[in-house]
Amino acid sequence: MLRACLRGANATARVRPPHSSLPTAVIATGLLTVSGGVGGTILYAKWDHKFRAAVEKNVPYSDRLLGLALGPAPQDVGLPVKNQVKSPSAAEPLKERPVEEVAARLAQQDQEEQDILASSLEESLASSAKATLQAIGAQEAALQAITQHTHKLKEAMEAEEKSAQWKDLEAALADRTCSVNDAGTALLKANEALGALRSVIDDSKGLKIAAVHPLVLAAEENLHNMIVDLDKVVTKVQSAESEAKIVSQYSELVNEAKQQFQREVSSLTPEIQANWKGLTGKLSADDLNALIAHAHRRIDQLNRELAEQRVREQIHIDAALEQQKLEDQKALEKAVNTSLQHVKEDARLEQERKLAELREVMEAEMRTQLRRQAAAHTDHVQDVLKVQEQELRAEADQVLSSKMLEQETRYRQLNQEQLDNFTLDMNTAYARLKGMEEAIDSHVVAEEEARRAHQLWLSVEALNYTLKTADADVPTVPLKSAAEAVRDSCHDNDFAMALASALPEESLHRGVYSEASLRARFNSLRSLARRVALIDESHNSLYQYFLSYLQAALLFEDKQEAPPTQLSREDLDPFKLLSYASYCLEHGDLELAAKLVNQLRGEARRVVEDWLTEARLTLETRQVVSLLSAYANAVGLGTTQAP
Amino acid sequence: MSEKELGKKWDRCLADGAIKLGTGLGLGIVFSVLFFKRHTWPISLGSGAGLGMAYANCQNDLRSHYLLHKSEKVGCRSAFVRTCVSCCERVEKLTNFVNNCVR
Repeated sequence: MLRACLRGANATARVRPPHSSLPTAVIATGLLTVSGGVGGTILYAKWDHKFRAAVEKNVPYSDRLLGLALGPAPQDVGLPVKNQVKSPSAAEPLKERPVEEVAARLAQQDQEEQDILASSLEESLASSAKATLQAIGAQEAALQAITQHTHKLKEAMEAEEKSAQWKDLEAALADRTCSVNDAGTALLKANEALGALRSVIDDSKGLKIAAVHPLVLAAEENLHNMIVDLDKVVTKVQSAESEAKIVSQYSELVNEAKQQFQREVSSLTPEIQANWKGLTGKLSADDLNALIAHAHRRIDQLNRELAEQRVREQIHIDAALEQQKLEDQKALEKAVNTSLQHVKEDARLEQERKLAELREVMEAEMRTQLRRQAAAHTDHVQDVLKVQEQELRAEADQVLSSKMLEQETRYRQLNQEQLDNFTLDMNTAYARLKGMEEAIDSHVVAEEEARRAHQLWLSVEALNYTLKTADADVPTVPLKSAAEAVRDSCHDNDFAMALASALPEESLHRGVYSEASLRARFNSLRSLARRVALIDESHNSLYQYFLSYLQAALLFEDKQEAPPTQLSREDLDPFKLLSYASYCLEHGDLELAAKLVNQLRGEARRVVEDWLTEARLTLETRQVVSLLSAYANAVGLGTTQAP
Repeated sequence: MSEKELGKKWDRCLADGAIKLGTGLGLGIVFSVLFFKRHTWPISLGSGAGLGMAYANCQNDLRSHYLLHKSEKVGCRSAFVRTCVSCCERVEKLTNFVNNCVR
């Protein structure tokens, strides 16, 4: 059973891979490749930061993955050290300070150090100078004291012994020792100070700040000078001391000799006191002999010693020379050493000074060169900038011109459009305006016409009115003004002008008689005409006159008789005519009356001639006026507009 | 005034007649007295002559219009004709204008 199961499992195991091996293999290979790629990327990113940055930039979310895998990316070291030192003090995050600020800070620090150094140098210089001066002073004093002492010693040796001099000498000696001690201490102090100065100079030299160099140099020079002075003084003192030593040695020898002599003398003559100069009276002959013998012995001894000395002079001299030579050599060596040191020091200082000068010169030259280069560079840059500017300007001009052209064309187009529209509008407006103007003008013309017509009518009415101003037997006012008025008010009207000018002259100048006056006058005329009815060209003698008068007295006719429409022969009788005319006049028909009166002949006609002309005048005027009035009315009607 | 003319003529006539009659009478009287021994015939002659002269003057005066003098003969007539013609012309003009306007 189990075997069967196993077999089955084996079978299935054997059977399964051939069916599903390919897809699984593919999947496995794919997974392997991907993981390998990712791992390799991560590893490489860990090693190469630029690659990491590139990956982070190009592949999204890779920065998170890389951060998880490798930790945050390291930043670039771009800040100066000092700023990092300062950063804990600043609350804001680190950021690179501008170059000017750093340079300023450095300069400031340099300045501070320089100041400190300068002050320290000055201090030490001052102190050392003081000490040196003190030492020199002390040395000089010592020198003085030594020379004094020596001098005194010499004097004391040469001169007679005196207690004051010995006191002076002792005082001088004490003084000398004192001063020498002082000099020694001062020298020590000076040396200390100089040592300190040297150390300070060395420190400052170690700091290597360029601005301090001259100060350092100056300090070194001062130091050197002080050392030189000190040494000189020391040598002087030493020489003085050596001289003093010689003198003291000499004095010692002399003293020794004296003492020996004294001892000898005292041994010979024990009573004699030391101060044997004042004892010349007290000495005895033995003493004197002994003294002389001693003296002779001493002289012999001394002669012997002298001979010996002379013999050994050369050797002694040689030995002394040798010693001297040795000493000289030593001294020379020492002097040479010191001078050598001094010279070395001098040379070094000189070198350093020269170096400093040279450095300055070089720096100046370098500065000028740099300046020149800078100038050249600026020139070049200027040139390049100019060229660039020109190019850019040309380009910009071109662009500008093209844009401008475009804008201009557009503008022109728009302008043209606007102009067209405007012209159109203007034309329409103008047309309308013209129309309106014409309408108004025509209106005005019409109104003018109306006004003129009105005026004409008014003037005609005035003229008409003047006709009524006639009183009985008085003609009207001259119609001249009214006629003028009418003429004025109708300048352009030919008809009216003609009519106005058709008024008879008499009426203009004199006026016309009214109908009533004419009627009245006719009534008076009638009787006269009756009386001369028979008179004419052929019958005009006085007898005829009598007859005519008689006829008029005897004939009776109707006062007024209506005239027929047609006049026949019988109607041409004057009496009849007169009655017809009266009738017409009574009925207001002046025209017919005039016509009838016109038919009179002969003397009657002559008599009524004036009346006839007057009647004619009146008729004419009346006709013209009525015509004018009718015309004015017609024109007025024509121009009047119905409301 | 043409109507007053006759009156004036008569006035003149009467005045003239009176003067002449008077003068004649006077002269007649004078002559009669002076030359003709107070006969009445110079007086009557004088007055008659005066009256006759007056009558003749009066008649002449009254006739004067109808008498055409040799110099005025044509001119008077022509003047008269001219006035008539101008009057007719004026009337004609007027009528023409009226006709035109009416048309």
